Amino acid sequence: MKKYAIVAGVVIVFGVAVWLMYVNPFSTSPRAVTPQLAKELHLFIWSNYLDPTVKTDFEKEFGVKVIEDNFASNEDLLAKLQAGGSGYDVIVPSDYMVQIMRKQNLLAPLDLKNIANFKNINQSFKNLDFDPGNQFSMPYMWGTTGIGYNKKKASAPPTSWADLFDPAKLEPYKGRISMLDDAREAIGAALIYLGFSPNTTNEKELEAAKQVLIKQKPFVAKYDSESFRDSLAANEVILAHGWTGDIAAAKVANPDIEFVIPKEGSLTFLDNLAIPKTSKNQYTAEVFINYLLRPEISAKIVNLRRYASPNDAAKSLIQPEILNSATYSRPEGIKLYWLQDLGPAGDLYEKIWTEIKGQ
Amino acid sequence: MEKQRERGQLALLLLPSTLWLGLFFLAPLGIILVISLVQRGGPVAWQLDGSAYVRLLDPLHLKIFLRSLTLAVLTTFVCLLVGYPLAYYIAQRPPRLRHLLHFFVLLPLWANSLVLTYAWMVLLRPEGFFDSLLHALGFAEPISLLYTPTAVVIGLVYWYLPFMVYPLYGSIEKFDFTLIEAAHDLGATRFQAFRKVLLPLTMPGVMAGSLLVFISALGTFVVPALLGGDKTLMWGNLIQQRFLSTPQDWPLGAALSLAMMLFMSVGIWFYFRVNRESA
Repeated sequence: MKKYAIVAGVVIVFGVAVWLMYVNPFSTSPRAVTPQLAKELHLFIWSNYLDPTVKTDFEKEFGVKVIEDNFASNEDLLAKLQAGGSGYDVIVPSDYMVQIMRKQNLLAPLDLKNIANFKNINQSFKNLDFDPGNQFSMPYMWGTTGIGYNKKKASAPPTSWADLFDPAKLEPYKGRISMLDDAREAIGAALIYLGFSPNTTNEKELEAAKQVLIKQKPFVAKYDSESFRDSLAANEVILAHGWTGDIAAAKVANPDIEFVIPKEGSLTFLDNLAIPKTSKNQYTAEVFINYLLRPEISAKIVNLRRYASPNDAAKSLIQPEILNSATYSRPEGIKLYWLQDLGPAGDLYEKIWTEIKGQ
Repeated sequence: MEKQRERGQLALLLLPSTLWLGLFFLAPLGIILVISLVQRGGPVAWQLDGSAYVRLLDPLHLKIFLRSLTLAVLTTFVCLLVGYPLAYYIAQRPPRLRHLLHFFVLLPLWANSLVLTYAWMVLLRPEGFFDSLLHALGFAEPISLLYTPTAVVIGLVYWYLPFMVYPLYGSIEKFDFTLIEAAHDLGATRFQAFRKVLLPLTMPGVMAGSLLVFISALGTFVVPALLGGDKTLMWGNLIQQRFLSTPQDWPLGAALSLAMMLFMSVGIWFYFRVNRESA
């Protein structure tokens, strides 16, 4: 009997130890805001969204090692941040996600004194609705969602979302279609195809969009937001629901790749640099953000990753062929939507997405 | 006195394993149990609540569970079909060749399994190795195995085959092959000798290997995500998404984990019961 008591005691002690290690309700963790550079900076960013030499150059200049980690959707980023103690210093949420994180009090206010290069940003990207006065976020890169396709393999160039969703048109592409693994993007595209708003919370409209995606599923090869550009470049898929920069990067590897924004309209986004409230290296994070907004650094990232830059001062340093490409500009006469924070209704999109993927 | 000292020594010897079990098995299990019983929040609100178990009963979860079960059973079955002849072959070789063959079975475990999965993606994809090979042999229809349940089973069999071969080998190696000769002398056909003599006597290996492969395959999430294109959701993916992706729901994720553990415990209990009865 005594033996069991000892074992139980040991188990409880270690249970509590583990508990304290991970949750620690007693910790007050005051945030040290000293104008001193930390040794390391943890960056949490979309995959393929930074030039790796930027990290080594930053380390050379400031002696701060940048450690990069990747996420695949805004919701994944939010989930990791909500889990608490993420350990990240700089994150890259899109527009509507900045709004959600602001509301949930997850972001640290920025000290604009440390981010002088904010002056390089084009006026039209400053002071937007999701973050008035740029108190919490700095514009990084923007892009549009559309369809990337292989012009040699596609029977005809796609022009409409019907070319991605109408089962009658999909037979030749069976198993050769890639869709973004992102609830708001995938359901948003189906909603636009049906003529609804991608920000709807109407359950009937969402149900209709769900049916579109379920009917499309037998033709889909994979749901993927991170490596669809490689699949497109390697002829693995013929049609890819994807973002401008990644499709442009696929075109660099394979000249047969083209990009189109469907005529019914599509989604556009602006990704932003922000600092989680839990970061203990806020000053270092601001120095890094300021560094990323330097014209030559912005241009270097754009020249590799091919997303569009809100940085006016960088424009003259970006390769002209990129500036003039279909993936860099917003087409005339096509409606582009911004995603909005839908509050609790946002969960509905996630639930529908799980149902579609679980089919 | 003597007995007490022995006891003390035994307790000391068992301390590391007790600590290990307590720290890395019982404590996490307790935490999972607690999380499954509180309210969903960001990520959890410390408020007693059993609703995670109500959310667990979603018909979608049943569908995904049945799919996981089917794929895990299929993986186990294919591993058995491939593994048994292989283990038998190895057990019959002379010792030196046996060591070499052992080495080959273990070889895939030395490389990073993620890298090997990516290699499978290159082999299986449209216009990849297999597709081009079939094309060169004159098959006009392109076959695209990648991102299908078939690809998931291929990947899982590849990952878990060594776990099937080893227990089987252990059983077959101990088998006294003169028994087969005796069976033949008594007029048994080759198949009868296998079914009535070899198979029953190597059943412990079959069961142990199957159990290892089945449990591992049921809980996997990397292979379905990569080779299945993230559209052949399995139970492991479901758990992973509830914790690290969206809609984030830690209590439901914890409840899903416990349901899986319960299912496996019942399976293992059944296995031991059958084993004891047959022994």
